[in-house]
Amino acid sequence: MPANRYLIKLFPIAFVVIIFVLWELLVLWTGIKSVILPRPSAVIYELVTRFPLIWPHAVQTLYTTLVGFAGAIVVGVLLGALIGSSRIAYEAFYPVLVGFSSIPKVAVVPIFVLWFGVGTVPAILTSLVISFFPIVVNVATGLATTEPELEDVLRALGAKKRDILFRVGLPRAMPYFFASLKISVTLAFVGTVLSETVAANKGIGNVMMVASANYETALAFGALLLLAVMGVILYGVFALLETRFAGWAQRKGDLALQTH
Amino acid sequence: MSEPFIRFDEVSLRYGGRDGTLAVAGATLDIPKGGFVSIVGPSGCGKSTLLKMASGLVRASSGKVTVGGKAVTGPLGFVGMAFQNPTPLPWYSVLDNVMLPLRIVEPYRSSFRAKRDEYVAKAEALLEVVGLKGFGDRKPWQLSGGMLQRASLCRALIHEPALLLLDEPFGALDAFTREELWAVLQELWLARRPTVMLITHDLAESVLLSETVYVMCARPGRIVHREDVSFARPRRLDVMYEPAFVELVHRLRTKIGDARTEGLRAA
Repeated sequence: MPANRYLIKLFPIAFVVIIFVLWELLVLWTGIKSVILPRPSAVIYELVTRFPLIWPHAVQTLYTTLVGFAGAIVVGVLLGALIGSSRIAYEAFYPVLVGFSSIPKVAVVPIFVLWFGVGTVPAILTSLVISFFPIVVNVATGLATTEPELEDVLRALGAKKRDILFRVGLPRAMPYFFASLKISVTLAFVGTVLSETVAANKGIGNVMMVASANYETALAFGALLLLAVMGVILYGVFALLETRFAGWAQRKGDLALQTH
Repeated sequence: MSEPFIRFDEVSLRYGGRDGTLAVAGATLDIPKGGFVSIVGPSGCGKSTLLKMASGLVRASSGKVTVGGKAVTGPLGFVGMAFQNPTPLPWYSVLDNVMLPLRIVEPYRSSFRAKRDEYVAKAEALLEVVGLKGFGDRKPWQLSGGMLQRASLCRALIHEPALLLLDEPFGALDAFTREELWAVLQELWLARRPTVMLITHDLAESVLLSETVYVMCARPGRIVHREDVSFARPRRLDVMYEPAFVELVHRLRTKIGDARTEGLRAA
């Protein structure tokens, strides 16, 4: 069994390798111009040779994403706790939130730029607004799933609303919360890069804009690849945190990067 | 008979405003301190509502509920409760689940950290009584439904409540587990003498366990019959096959049947 499990962990890597090989062969056979579709080997070569150039941009994007994401967690948990524990707050805010989350976030970037100028701040805000909604919904849902019988047991014991929230509500919401973090952290990346492509002079988004303007397609693909890798790593970090803090919901105690 | 601990005086409850459903109509009953009372009747007859009014979770629309000489105006704050659904907290071990009330009810709450070892011993002793010795460090999902219900019973009793409210706690169990838990409950009651209100569909269960059985009927929920049970304690399962026992159960059954046909005729 354990041998099999390690084998399964290698599957995603094997899959990517196979795709790259097929891609390489496809480009070689069809002779597509590298400006349209560069070979993966060229992409990786570009990424490696120009790493010193790309690296500060990657750090900038990572930093912006994490700051925006941290903001999203604060906003998401507060709003989620409010909506999940109060019927009135739910009725009042939920439709507004749904409306807000339906707005394409590309449309908000110019407004942020108007307010804060070109640079890091609009990127942070975009990554915040694009990623907080799943957290709100999940925290609220988690809080709302407390069994009424359990609430009766606790209230009959004289538990205050705050006791019930901290003893039952929030722990019960943890698996939902961490599930939403995994989704949201990738969304936060999308938000950052979105804003960087529109209005920034730093960051992976900016690199891609410049690369495409100069017809450096391989570099643009390299940047994409780097983004994907960073996204997977952050997802993995939050999946690990999930097993650490809400592992009770998964039943099996083994480290669970592979279980999703 | 000792002084009444719980007193329902012409208590009614209407859900959903003036024209809502009358869940309980004019219930009057006394439960002595340390008594064991069962409420039986078909579903939807207001049994659970009666229980919630005793705990203060639901307030009566009219009439008066008194517990320990004081009118009930809100959750009492010391009541042990168990339901058909054992509702464990999945992130706690079985032991921590049992100890949950000690984290909430005074005087345990403020001394929880200081006296933790003492409380753990207390919880382990209780787990042993219900047959869960050595299961304290398991997680709830590792236990069967019957075992969880045993733990739920422990959770209801750990803080030695003066009042124990049980809403069909054995409803979802298999017959053998149920019989075993009847014995456990009787043993615990005889040892500690909390006042118990038990709600059940099972007439034999009500007669076996309680001092007094009240029969309720639906639409509107009302008490239609009272039966005192005087078999010697501790009662063993054999008593269920004695003619007097069978006759009593039969009488309760007939009362419920009568009230139902009356209700149908009236409707």
